[in-house]
Amino acid sequence: MKKLLSGNEAVAYGAYLAGARLGSAYPGTPSTEIMEEFSKYPGVYAEWSPNEKVAMDVAVGASYAGKRAFASMKHVGVNVAADSLFYASYTGSRAGLVLVSADDPGMHSSQNEQDSRNYAKFAKVPMLDPADSEEAKLFMVRAFEISEQFDTPVVVRTTTRISHSRTLVDIADLDSTSEELEDAEPTQFEIEPSKYVMVPANARLRHVIVEEKLKKLTEFAAETELNRVEPGNSELGIITGGVSYQYAKEIFPRATFLKLGMAYPLSKKLFNSFAERVEKILVVEELDPFYEEYARQIGLKVLGKEVFPLTGEFSPTLIRECGYKSGVLKEETLNLTAVTSGSNEAKEPLPLRPPMLCPGCGHRGIFYALQKLRAVVLGDIGCYTLGAAPPLNAMHTVGCMGASIGVVHGVDKARVKNRTAAVLGDSTFFHAGIAPLMNIVYNRGVSTTIIVDNRITAMTGHQANPGTGSTLQGDSAPVIDLEKLCRGLGIEKVETVNPFELSNVLKVLKEHMDSPEPSVIIARYPCVLNIKERKPALVVDSDLCSDCGTCLRIGCPSLLKEEGHVSIDPLLCNGCGYCVQVCPRNAISSKNNN
Amino acid sequence: MDTEKLDFIVAGVGGQGTILASDILAEVGVEAGYVVKKSEVHGMSQRGGSVESHVRWGKDVVYSPLAEKGNVDYLLGFEMLEAARWRDFVAPWGTVIVNEHKITPSSVNLGHAIYPERERINDLLKKQSSKVTWVEATLIAKKLGHPALAGVIILGALSKLIDIGPGVWLSVVERLVPARFVELNREAFLAGRNKQQQETSA
Ligand SMILES: Cc1ncc(C[n+]2csc(CCOP(=O)(O)OP(=O)(O)O)c2C)c(N)n1
Repeated sequence: MKKLLSGNEAVAYGAYLAGARLGSAYPGTPSTEIMEEFSKYPGVYAEWSPNEKVAMDVAVGASYAGKRAFASMKHVGVNVAADSLFYASYTGSRAGLVLVSADDPGMHSSQNEQDSRNYAKFAKVPMLDPADSEEAKLFMVRAFEISEQFDTPVVVRTTTRISHSRTLVDIADLDSTSEELEDAEPTQFEIEPSKYVMVPANARLRHVIVEEKLKKLTEFAAETELNRVEPGNSELGIITGGVSYQYAKEIFPRATFLKLGMAYPLSKKLFNSFAERVEKILVVEELDPFYEEYARQIGLKVLGKEVFPLTGEFSPTLIRECGYKSGVLKEETLNLTAVTSGSNEAKEPLPLRPPMLCPGCGHRGIFYALQKLRAVVLGDIGCYTLGAAPPLNAMHTVGCMGASIGVVHGVDKARVKNRTAAVLGDSTFFHAGIAPLMNIVYNRGVSTTIIVDNRITAMTGHQANPGTGSTLQGDSAPVIDLEKLCRGLGIEKVETVNPFELSNVLKVLKEHMDSPEPSVIIARYPCVLNIKERKPALVVDSDLCSDCGTCLRIGCPSLLKEEGHVSIDPLLCNGCGYCVQVCPRNAISSKNNN
Repeated sequence: MDTEKLDFIVAGVGGQGTILASDILAEVGVEAGYVVKKSEVHGMSQRGGSVESHVRWGKDVVYSPLAEKGNVDYLLGFEMLEAARWRDFVAPWGTVIVNEHKITPSSVNLGHAIYPERERINDLLKKQSSKVTWVEATLIAKKLGHPALAGVIILGALSKLIDIGPGVWLSVVERLVPARFVELNREAFLAGRNKQQQETSA
């Protein structure tokens, strides 16, 4: 029986079929649903760890203890987990150990578009690269086998268009042979210092083993069915993998394909024998010229990044346009409407529709106040990053998760005239904010840190975190007390505010930013989408409204500019009342005037 | 089902239910015996930004989960401006179904851009294909009690143009929407289907 599954659902399913009974993750688009789905299978243990490094270590531990385990994360999460991936490469695994990295070419929801394939080479571990959901399932099963066969962690890499596409998956093989985690007999931990204790003396020996392992994996890459040649005409050969394979098949249906399911290591034997079959080779790969550089390194003549861009996401449209422009694609195979419709007709610029803070979002209160106080805001990543967008324009740096607190400390130590504050969310604080906050105390910093605490990891779709009070698998959990935690780190000035109380927020912010001691403000208001709170929509009295535009500066999507006044879209407004506080004419109220 | 392939794009604003609608569309294709792929975007843009899903049905094989520009058979615009944004993708033989509904983007509210007139949007779409149908889906949905029903109303309108019986559509709708909303969604689907009937016979 076949069923439509997203790539993420298929990864989870594959892990379950493979007998993985432990999964750990930190959410991140496009990877999030992997662990959410895995957590629903019977007899598995799955958790949201506070960050990706912890997730990786948890999976490593389970593997050392003899249970197949995996960690999943978005591509930038691998940066956080990299230290752990690198030691695990040396120690190897006991039971199968898999890391799933979901890349985001095109940056639909990310701060960069790094190509994870480089990590496989860098960390010296094999990587599989599925091209649809069926492969995502199968490759997970194969990844666990390879991990055990070669005593190494294996990375399975997806991209947004694999993770978030639904394609048909064979689910006839629903039964997993492995028993439920709780029913399994506890095993004896096998002590083996030379393998697991990476002090220099052991690590030197392990490095030699890692290199031998890579040699064997390279031989494996030449033979494995994970890589395949699809015969076609001999004029054009295409080397590709992942979703790029699908696009290339569509645009070059008659070419000969080397479809790589194993992104690393690559096999010279395989590449050379493919090269002998075809006259010309085109490498179709999103982001970095990973296969292209390898092909050139072993002396093959190929076309790659001179045809296709290094940046952004591919699509069939893009492959056709690039193929046509470079002359690789002959005119008679061209779908002319596709190419002409974009270029010939002058494009009418349409108003953009960037994402915005939701109506009723508590984050708005902090940013509106920070803007009023003309503070320089060192920012971070979450829904609240939308505070950087107009009209709030109240976040001035955004780099990676947890960066805000270290950056504000650096700015303040370097000394600037401006008022400054770091702003980050609750999940982000638990992820990477604790160490830099401790650093401010330790090094006698003076910075103000604002934790916008909506009790949930909202950006990625409302995952529980250590402050939520529940776990991924729905159990209740202790709530980590943010106030106590900050005090425990040595911050004496800790204050909690309701972000919607404008005058109090202004007062507290000013006082903290102007004070010469390090401090934390916790702006607590639960995410409106999560609690589904909805008060009656507000209305604008158009007779009282002077069209001054003050309310529009809070950037609420439900406030609409009309001829001569502002109105409120009753479908969008959730009655939070923030605009009532900013309106200088008292023109906004909750009474229904019709 | 003798059609070789059908490509759909569902375009709207985050929060409008484009993902559910495209899920329904994908499952209907499977029920009808097609090979199906669909692609969508999650995350940041779901906070009131532009969102789109691609759904592709193929008789034997579908490679790319993304449809190609100039090749799309049906563009379903849940919001007028978002329909216009995807017009390049519509094939000359393609059909556009647009919800008579405007959600003002922040760029317009802040005075950085002007929301195009309905007629301008209609002209832009018509340039791409002669088959442009407007449906007052949000209005009908509100009358039925919930604006989120607009998506299913548009699917109802689409169903009239595709050679698959309403029973198949309805069974998928029933499977994918929460149990307590099944009746409402049924009503919405049929309202959309009837609307299209009137349009096509007019
Ligand atoms: C290393 C890393 N992991 C994950 C992400 C994805 N991500 C971006 S923001 C975010 C969560 C933010 O949650 P929180 O701090 O609670 O803010 P909220 O969205 O709730 O406002 C996540 C998981 C990322 N960008 N980088």
